[in-house]
Amino acid sequence: MPTPVSERPHPPIRRKPAAIRSERRAGVAMAAPALLLLALFLAVPVILGFVLAFTNARLISPNPPRFVGLDNFIRAFVDDPTFLHSVVNTFVFALFVVPIQAGLGLLLAILVNQRLRGVTLFRIIFFIPVVTSIVVVSILWKFMYQQDGLINSFLDTVTAGAWNGVAWLNDPDVALGAIIVLSIWQAVGFHMVIWLSGLQTIPEELYEAAEMDGASPWRKFADVTWPGLRPTMVFVLITITIAALGLFVQIDVMTQGGPVDSTTTLVYHAVRKGFKEQEMGYGAAISLIFFIAVLLIALVQQRLTREKD
Amino acid sequence: MTVHRSTGSARLGRRRRLALSYAGMSVLAVFFLFPLVFMVVSSLKPDAQILSDTDSLRAFLPVGDISLDNYGEVFERVPVAQFMTNSVLVTSAIVILGLFVNSLAGFALSRVRWAGRGVVLAVIIATLIVPFETIAVPMVYWVSKLPTLVLEGGLLKYDFGWLNTYQVQIIPFVANAFSIFLFRQYFSTIPASLDEAARIDGAGWFTIYRRIIVPLSGPAFATVAILTFLPAWNSYLWPLMVVQKEELRPVMVGMQYFFQLNTQWGEIMAYTSMITLPVLIVFLVFQRAFISSIAASGVKG
Repeated sequence: MPTPVSERPHPPIRRKPAAIRSERRAGVAMAAPALLLLALFLAVPVILGFVLAFTNARLISPNPPRFVGLDNFIRAFVDDPTFLHSVVNTFVFALFVVPIQAGLGLLLAILVNQRLRGVTLFRIIFFIPVVTSIVVVSILWKFMYQQDGLINSFLDTVTAGAWNGVAWLNDPDVALGAIIVLSIWQAVGFHMVIWLSGLQTIPEELYEAAEMDGASPWRKFADVTWPGLRPTMVFVLITITIAALGLFVQIDVMTQGGPVDSTTTLVYHAVRKGFKEQEMGYGAAISLIFFIAVLLIALVQQRLTREKD
Repeated sequence: MTVHRSTGSARLGRRRRLALSYAGMSVLAVFFLFPLVFMVVSSLKPDAQILSDTDSLRAFLPVGDISLDNYGEVFERVPVAQFMTNSVLVTSAIVILGLFVNSLAGFALSRVRWAGRGVVLAVIIATLIVPFETIAVPMVYWVSKLPTLVLEGGLLKYDFGWLNTYQVQIIPFVANAFSIFLFRQYFSTIPASLDEAARIDGAGWFTIYRRIIVPLSGPAFATVAILTFLPAWNSYLWPLMVVQKEELRPVMVGMQYFFQLNTQWGEIMAYTSMITLPVLIVFLVFQRAFISSIAASGVKG
């Protein structure tokens, strides 16, 4: 797109209307492909989700969807105990994963932030599970969690035979806990890296000043490190919470929601109803409930962490 | 370091802390590595030996009856090569198209002035909070209604439904709000005087993008490529729902194959090793770029 060149070599103070128009056209044209795709595959599904949630749509059906008002939501909260279990399990999962993963991530970050020989190697090792697919991780741990699997053998060895092996994923009391452990194992390295980049923004002089005052390692952490990590903390907490609430793959690969609904989750239930059982309208309603929960929690978390400043 | 009170006991304390750090990190390293070592080692053993080895350290050592038999079996029973091809194709299409489309949008949002730019950017940033899982189910319904072109007996025909295609695995993931945001941030750090000089020389906006901005933005392209590659290679929920045809399935969904047959753990470990090791090797070679890309994703907070 050649544009008329100004005769005078001065910086253009008043640009010609033609140049402004061509710039505007160029801007819209260059943003258009991405915006069109985002509209089609982000905006439309969000809106469609809202609409479908109030219908009885099915994935493949000769009849057009019919408006059913709040039926899907009433069904979820009144007639569908599996949905209620899904809500509880999802929140229990998040309640454990969020603080443990954030805390352990911070501990790892502090460890690998030391100026020590070979520390990069540890950084890489802690990060390896992150680049391993969660599908692979789930299968691998499913194997290790078997009655005669590696985890029971290990516990048997360290307790000198006192441990009675359990089939972790077949026991409703421990299945969700077992999934929590592997989920933290897989993703904690990601948050270590985020914390680490937060740690590295804290100016060295602050630590030197604290040293001068003879501050203990604990005081240095409480007075210098922690306040400097506040923005990172908000990010880490929100990211982990949203990821935790979206728990799906581990469930689909390892337990299919069982035993007796002890590991079913919101997303797993939405996919089971909306896709596997073809009840699109109901699946969309569950997705919408999940969506609203995510938005509320993100808002609350942002508000809470901001107030402390 | 405190010079004044650096007595013998302080030095001892420091040494003890050092030893503690290494001990702690080593224990953690074992915790993070043992499942993967177990996976690769088990993939080399027959099933009976995998189970009998679990009660000793032999579980982590390639000892006993070691062979590549499991790998041979996998290739014989499962269309691994097809799954791999599909994953490579889909992943590279998403990465390459995504780099182009999102960097172009990032350019338009950072360096070209047009009405509505601010609003568009604000909306894009707001969408970052929407997890894919919330829209996955309605999106299946949506793509099942989208029009598509099919070649039938040499004739190009018009049909509905994107289910069971390559495009349904690619097109929805090309545009990415976070990639656009990262590009925009990076482009904003390049001095605007470069554009102005080029414009005086008569360069059009696309030329400025291609000749000035892209060559100066290697790190941004690397970051976005890595952040796009990982979820694309690992995608599971979406292809699980929209691709039922075996010949179009990616590696992660191909895994389901093994649960229809009776469970042969050695073969499963061989398959998971095969689809994990390429990514691990790429990661180990480019570990610095990987880790700094993840760190860069923290800027959105």
